[in-house]
Amino acid sequence: MSDTLPLSIVTNRRLEKWLRFDPDRTLHLAVGKVEIGQGVLIALSQIAAEELDVDIGRVNILAGDTADAPDEGSTSSSQSIEVSGRSVRLVSAELRSRVLTRLAQRLNCSPDELTVEDGSFLLQSQPTGHDYWSFVSDADYAADITGTVLPKAPSAYKVVGQPVPRKDLIAKVSGAAFIHDIVRPDMLHARMLRQPSRDAQLVALDEAAIRRAAKSDIRIVRLENFVAFVGSDETAVQRAAVAALAHAKWEGSRVLTPAHGEAAWYVDQPADDRLIGDPPAETPGEVVSAVYSRPFVAHAAMAPSCGLAEFRDGRMEVWSHTQGVYPLRNSIADILGLSREAVIVRHAHGAGCYGHNGADDAALDAAVIAQQLPDHCIRVQWRREEEFGFEPVSTAHRTRVAAVLDAAGRPVDWTTEVWAGSHVQRPIYGGLFLAQEALPNKPPPAKPGDPPEANGGGGTRNGTPLYDFPAKRIVHHLALRTPVRTSSLRGLGALPNVFAMECFMDELAERAGMDPVAYRLSMLTDPRARYLIENVAARCGWASRWAVGTGRGLGLAWARYKNKAAYACVAVELEVDQEVRLKRVWTCADAGLVINPDGAKNQLAGGIIHAASMTLKEQVTLDGAGITSLDWASYPIMTFSEVPEISTEIVHAPDLPTLGMGECTFGPTAAAIGNAIYHALGVRVRDMPLTRERIAQVLAKV
Amino acid sequence: MTIALSVNGRSVETEADPSTPLIDVLRNHLDLRGTRYGCGLEQCGSCMVIIDGKADYACSREIGSVAGRSVTTIEGLADGEALHPLQVAFLEEQAGQCGYCLSGILMSAKALLDRNPSPSRADIIAALDGNLCRCGAHPRILRAVEKAATAMREGVVA
Repeated sequence: MSDTLPLSIVTNRRLEKWLRFDPDRTLHLAVGKVEIGQGVLIALSQIAAEELDVDIGRVNILAGDTADAPDEGSTSSSQSIEVSGRSVRLVSAELRSRVLTRLAQRLNCSPDELTVEDGSFLLQSQPTGHDYWSFVSDADYAADITGTVLPKAPSAYKVVGQPVPRKDLIAKVSGAAFIHDIVRPDMLHARMLRQPSRDAQLVALDEAAIRRAAKSDIRIVRLENFVAFVGSDETAVQRAAVAALAHAKWEGSRVLTPAHGEAAWYVDQPADDRLIGDPPAETPGEVVSAVYSRPFVAHAAMAPSCGLAEFRDGRMEVWSHTQGVYPLRNSIADILGLSREAVIVRHAHGAGCYGHNGADDAALDAAVIAQQLPDHCIRVQWRREEEFGFEPVSTAHRTRVAAVLDAAGRPVDWTTEVWAGSHVQRPIYGGLFLAQEALPNKPPPAKPGDPPEANGGGGTRNGTPLYDFPAKRIVHHLALRTPVRTSSLRGLGALPNVFAMECFMDELAERAGMDPVAYRLSMLTDPRARYLIENVAARCGWASRWAVGTGRGLGLAWARYKNKAAYACVAVELEVDQEVRLKRVWTCADAGLVINPDGAKNQLAGGIIHAASMTLKEQVTLDGAGITSLDWASYPIMTFSEVPEISTEIVHAPDLPTLGMGECTFGPTAAAIGNAIYHALGVRVRDMPLTRERIAQVLAKV
Repeated sequence: MTIALSVNGRSVETEADPSTPLIDVLRNHLDLRGTRYGCGLEQCGSCMVIIDGKADYACSREIGSVAGRSVTTIEGLADGEALHPLQVAFLEEQAGQCGYCLSGILMSAKALLDRNPSPSRADIIAALDGNLCRCGAHPRILRAVEKAATAMREGVVA
């Protein structure tokens, strides 16, 4: 354990912010991280149950609520267990210790003689008649957390490390469970007419035609270029919004071409250029390089974004599937001219979230309308085309890798050069909401930024190889503008960078006349990484790998996410005939102490399928005023018939700190697919998505 | 106009324009909010319900075309408090991440098992290929449907 307090505790020092024993013999645990489909709530509940010795069934968790739960920033970057989990552990251990110390004084015994069994206190294994519910006092809750109490040793864990089932799935297999299902008094449905782009001006809106199309009464809320259709009948407002597309005239919309959608577009753009790592050197040796790319890709959540807001007596209450209720509250208050105390944001479950999607925008949409129509609950739901067309997408990303080789064909100098737009434009990084740009007095355009290297970087994420190369550096060209709004999506730059670097390692191995696994291991001393590669190689039958060019391929790649979180190695077996067909995938991950191994395996497999879908199929297309891939036909994702068998293993390392693992299989999967396609065909396809057409283009050049 | 149909075994009447999407009637008129809007384009399967024994898209079916028919939604899957074997199997396998796709997938799977109690893996894949899952829970979902089929067959034998 580090001796510095986690940020979550520093900003939420009182025990009562986190824990409360309720009269019905339950434990109320409040956290700032939220459920976005990753199963975090059960894992945090397990940690509290473990440290307090309370049955897991007694834990009720409240997650993401600016009125009643602590501020833990955003739920992102696989940080929930590392940061919130550590906080919950310290807080729980401290409350237990405080209470047992007081009880020991009362019973005139040593705290060491006391144990806890499902919340009841025992003295030398005999009941004391006391338990948390009878004994915890207001003074305990009011105490500041010192972080000085040593939590349990991992060897004593009974609940942590067990595959405890998630509680929230029960509602999700039986009906209402999501933000979309919330019903409030005086609720009105709303749909938006979206401003095509920042500088577009609405010059005409045929409201009469829109009202006719709606077929029943609707209200039209219009504030400059912000337009919403509101009414008690959801069907009517949906009809209005669809009809409005043909009855609105915009001027000054941006004009894009398909070339804006290619990663190569960034090469000529003005950029912030910087160097990270070793200074450039005139290292003697053969220089080889290759360029890889990934296009713009979408979160493409299953559900359209949704937000609810009600403005009553000067107080704004908002429900959102945001990743960060506190940052969203602050933004909404600032934009609407309300005090932060007057705004409450409560988290409600949405469809799976893989980064900064439309959730925050939809919440602000609802709040803007609610301010215009007080004393109603305004429920905004985006249309499918709106979701694809206006959510922030992940930037196209071009990675050039270059190596100076020694006589044995091993890199002595390595450069990863990246051209990309911003990988994070959350409002806390200076990004703007859609509604902000449509309302009067829009703020100046955001200056694109990226997370600092200490947080794993954005475009540079995983760009520094972990092999034992004598010199290595990243050159980062962060474009000053992007053709469409870009922001975070699972792994940020990790997937395109690991794809490039780990594919290039296979290219270099071939030049050196070495097996790709042996080549990697000859330059890798980290024992955790070596173990994973050897484990996956053994399981996938690497030793009996066949010749290149048979149409069947086996490829392997690994990475340590952000070069500091969980490690994963992935091997992919596939066939290429008309299409690329994934057959089997093997993975092994090392994430230190794993709180819930079943949830972790679910995340590993989910990351593999998501990454495979992105690598093989996904591309946001641009033309005209914006995004043209507006449905599942033009933005296809992996289907049941395309999903491979997946074998997952997790290294048992309970004494090592927990490492976030939601994104660790992402980059390795992409690179393993690239390497397997090479093995199958004998040609290197370097530009994602690795579609049939792309492969045919490369084959035609051979 | 008044439209009569059967929903989850109960006769219901609803006042609606016949062009109203079935999903809006289910969610907003009948307060059955487990049927999920995904795309409105018959592309994702989130809204799948069973109409006269066949899995169908509630987002694009107009209520007028469902008059007199029998509709089953996710709320009709359990028998009172007793979960359907599919729901039990999905929970046992923890077959989901965000869970938004699960209503539609469960209904597609139920329609399959109702007509084919012993589906092969390929049959299950074919039955679910109109349902998208973005989180990558597919392998668990396939295992859960197989498990439910087995449980239902054994239940009949017992």
